[in-house]
Amino acid sequence: MTAAITLAGVSKSFGAAQALVDVDLEVNTHEVLAVVGDNGAGKSTLAGLLSGVHTPDRGQVRIDGEPVHLTSPAAARREGIAAVFQELALCDNLDVVENLFLGHEAAAGIFLDEVSMERQAWELLDQLAARVPSVRVPVAALSGGQRRTIAIARALLGDPRVIVLDEPTTALGIRQTAQVLTLVERLRERGHAVVLISHSITDVQAVADRIAVLRLGHLIGEFDAETTTTEDLLGAITGAVAPRAGGRAS
Amino acid sequence: MTTARTAPRTDGGRISSAWQTWTDGDHRLAPIAGALVVIWVAFGIANPTFWTPENLVNLSLQSVSTGVIALGIVIVLLAGQIDLSVGSVSGLAAAIVAVGAVAGDWPVALGVVVALVAGALIGLLYGVLVARFGLPGFVITLAGLLVVAGVQWRVLGADGSVNLPFDSWLVKFNQAWFVPDGVAWVGAAVVVAGVATIGIVERRRRVLAELPAPTVLGVLIRPAVLAVLLAVVVGYLGQARGIGYSVVLFVVLVAVTDVLLRRTRWGRHVRAVGGDHRASLLAGVPVRRTLVSAFVACSTLAALGGVLAAGRLAAANQGTGGGGLFLTAIAAAVIGGTSLFGGRGSAWSALLGVLVIQSIANGLTLLDLDAATRNIVTGLVLAFAVSIDTLLRQRQQRSVTRV
Ligand SMILES: Nc1ncnc2c1ncn2[C@@H]1O[C@H](COP(=O)(O)OP(=O)(O)OP(=O)(O)O)[C@@H](O)[C@H]1O
Ligand SMILES: [Mg+2]
Repeated sequence: MTAAITLAGVSKSFGAAQALVDVDLEVNTHEVLAVVGDNGAGKSTLAGLLSGVHTPDRGQVRIDGEPVHLTSPAAARREGIAAVFQELALCDNLDVVENLFLGHEAAAGIFLDEVSMERQAWELLDQLAARVPSVRVPVAALSGGQRRTIAIARALLGDPRVIVLDEPTTALGIRQTAQVLTLVERLRERGHAVVLISHSITDVQAVADRIAVLRLGHLIGEFDAETTTTEDLLGAITGAVAPRAGGRAS
Repeated sequence: MTTARTAPRTDGGRISSAWQTWTDGDHRLAPIAGALVVIWVAFGIANPTFWTPENLVNLSLQSVSTGVIALGIVIVLLAGQIDLSVGSVSGLAAAIVAVGAVAGDWPVALGVVVALVAGALIGLLYGVLVARFGLPGFVITLAGLLVVAGVQWRVLGADGSVNLPFDSWLVKFNQAWFVPDGVAWVGAAVVVAGVATIGIVERRRRVLAELPAPTVLGVLIRPAVLAVLLAVVVGYLGQARGIGYSVVLFVVLVAVTDVLLRRTRWGRHVRAVGGDHRASLLAGVPVRRTLVSAFVACSTLAALGGVLAAGRLAAANQGTGGGGLFLTAIAAAVIGGTSLFGGRGSAWSALLGVLVIQSIANGLTLLDLDAATRNIVTGLVLAFAVSIDTLLRQRQQRSVTRV
């Protein structure tokens, strides 16, 4: 296992609100790193730092040991980091294919290559076993779960090295949730580094290798998913119980 | 580890998806095209002069300048912005051409180029202020409306009015030059053949890629309708002076813009930014560049509209581009089906919208009704169009919240 991305002493504030304070974290290839924490703990901010939405106030983001400045989602994407944002970030007025390829459309000369994009879209959605009535309906006409699937499919296009999923199973039914978790495992097997942000301890324990706990912007600890109990995790998240053996308190 | 299953999708889904793909663009334009026919029939009955080829030739020539400006408005609206200064910019452009030709002794072509560049620079300024500094486009272009109108008056000087020589090519282009009948028929045939060929080639590509494709018959509907339409237009207008070159320029601009908007990265980015600014940013769309380009395109087209107006009137004065022209252009875009809320619309809505507005103006003038009535009727049509837009949007949003 090698570190694909390293956060070194990263802090981020929004005005007076300290969203992240001095966080050190490694994201490894062939590994699912779960990030858990209460509402407002800083999880989405962490995802934003990894995916170029936010730039850190202090500290560094390193890729393969080299400091990088991820100044935009496009820049992060070029470095092989893709994200599915909590709010999905789909354009309601565009159809499924248009959304999937937004920002990196296939083109032949100056004209878009709709045929190849539509083909790839079907293949990708087939892979994800996604049920979508048509790839040419505006995503506004899709259900919440379908929209989420589209957002995940979009992150997978272009085969990124690191995939950040911010609460990917929220609003999904049982079957779709299982599919997303299966997908996460498959991504790990293919050698991706996956950052899985979630409120669901069950989901996290099902697929994660390592679990990082955030509380009020501080990284409380990293836990081994195999050996950590649900009570330990809940304790660390809420701050009710001090982290014990199996965790590396910081 | 389960293997990926094939998504259950029925052929029915694919076919209906294809159906949607092929009709969606035209679909939204259908109601307004229907409204246009109703308006024409009504005015034709009220005063048969309306239907004469000569009057319709006039109507087509009257529509060009405002139509070109409305085309620019369509682009900024699609990008989720607005430009209130298009009237002033067109007025300034007209002034530059006229004053350059008369006082500066410039060749008209130089004046045209300077006017277009001035328009592009104004758009660039708006774009930078909005995209880079995050200022609201509504306010910036409102300020621009006043500033540019002031500059226009300065350029025109004390007289406030400059006449273009009647023998200049710009005047002839807008008033006197018409496509010869034979050329018009050949041109129409070439366009229809081209559209049919593109349709067939694209259908073939889809079939080869095993994607849902319409039937050959389905593909040929569009060129067939187009053929009938062009034949009627060329044949009927041909009984009078025919199709003006400025009209050809306008329609070609609309067609080119339509292709750019639907078939290029730039067009897709314009619609994406207009649909959801933040989502576009997160998806890696060059949002700033797209916004700037939309403002530049709009102001340049506004300047071109002003140049064409100067040619048509053979003059530029303080009133050129003034009054409610910017509102008329915006109304035309919206009546034609382009959403005020961004992201939805078509270049063709500039053509249809301006035809509706000019038909109303022309028809009411023929009925000896005054400008007040014209304003009231146009306003009511606009209110109607906006209501439809808002209703569509609400329906879309309801479907979003339905999870
Ligand atoms: N753009 C912003 N502007 C101001 N404050 C922000 C912004 N984004 C996040 N914050 C603040 O930073 C803190 C962490 O927010 P963040 O979205 O990272 O939480 P989270 O762990 O993702 O929560 P949730 O589980 O609700 O998604 C919160 O206190 C929030 O108010
Ligand atoms: Mg969050």
